[in-house]
Amino acid sequence: MSEPEPQLPAARGALSGAVWDALLGGRPPHPLPSPPSLDGHDPYGDDLQLALYLLYELHYRGFDGVPDDREWDPDLLALRRLLEDRFLSALRTDVPPHPDAGQALDGLLAEPTGHDTTGVSHHLQRDGELWQFREYAAVRSLYHLKEADPHTWVIPRLRGRAKAGMVAVEFDEFGAGRADEIHARLFADLMRDLGLNTDYGHYLEATPAEALATVNLMSLFGLHRALRGALVGHFATVEVTSSPGSRRLATALRRLGAEATAQRFYDEHVEADAVHEQVVRHEVVGGLLADEPYLEADIAFGVHATGFLEDRLAAHLLGAWRQGQSALRVPLNDETTLSPR
Amino acid sequence: MPSRTERPRRVIVEQGGPLLVEGPVEVELADGSLATSRRFMVALCTCRRSRTYPWCDTSHRRRTKPEQQTPDQETPDAQTPDQETP
Repeated sequence: MSEPEPQLPAARGALSGAVWDALLGGRPPHPLPSPPSLDGHDPYGDDLQLALYLLYELHYRGFDGVPDDREWDPDLLALRRLLEDRFLSALRTDVPPHPDAGQALDGLLAEPTGHDTTGVSHHLQRDGELWQFREYAAVRSLYHLKEADPHTWVIPRLRGRAKAGMVAVEFDEFGAGRADEIHARLFADLMRDLGLNTDYGHYLEATPAEALATVNLMSLFGLHRALRGALVGHFATVEVTSSPGSRRLATALRRLGAEATAQRFYDEHVEADAVHEQVVRHEVVGGLLADEPYLEADIAFGVHATGFLEDRLAAHLLGAWRQGQSALRVPLNDETTLSPR
Repeated sequence: MPSRTERPRRVIVEQGGPLLVEGPVEVELADGSLATSRRFMVALCTCRRSRTYPWCDTSHRRRTKPEQQTPDQETPDAQTPDQETP
């Protein structure tokens, strides 16, 4: 089954416009913005985050009409570096330094006793409406349709226990040898049941900056060997928080009357990530700390930066939904909805 | 972590959490039924609160009060991990 090539979305400002022109027009993004001129750009805003997203996507699946070898175009890489510096320095400012990786992860191991009004999965479980869940799935599709891909970049940078544990968990993420159980495939099944378009990158146009930033963070950590500790911290955060969150989302889908195939993605994550959490904490984080103890602050930074950007995304989604408004830049057309059950 | 015949199968005891067993694993439950997991590692619930028993679903985790929460009676699920059947 062939899938259409991802389409370039519309630019959201000068930076993403320069990238757009360079990708489709084949021109270098001249003049390159210098760091002072980037200072005026919101590091978490639509323009910078989309520009970064477009450049990162060259390392995954690329875009229709853009030659594959633009991935290693030195002008584009130079621009990417400037954008990354702006994003990363903002994160370093907003996420206080934290030396203790174990403490950072322990903080994620406690579950709230009741309904957490700041949590998206809590909201969807108890009060969420179908249109909100569809928006949630559309926004998350940017990552889940390439689930676990950004984390594979860290593999050659790990050794021993950390590498063995990382590869074992990734093997599970990629279906343990079975194409129809690749987690990205399970998510596509979920989207189809919700009447969403399952093409890779289809919802990029609709996705707000807050969600782009969460995916850009993984690409940033994954592509830079210097940030391998932060990548492991990110991966640990995802695996530790996924199981209870997936439980709530599976409950939400049942309450909303979704098909069993839609529920399967989250049911699988409840059980799989209860295991992955243990392997990642003990083998991957523990193994990396034994090998390279000086990376501890980076692991903790990865944990906290992930939480910081996830909290921003949650605030954006819940803020819009509580006013009865779409959280997307382009509301989903509702020509396809679940049939009433 | 494939198990090797020359090495005994390792079981890891997680303090306050599940037992980790190298998979695949079959568990014969008290009623005689079999549960099977083919995962490379399997987390067996020891707290008996899992809704996917015998597999761990992280229900053993400690609970904290979030800063912003509504009263418990409005939470049909999160507060009571052992009451819902999957």
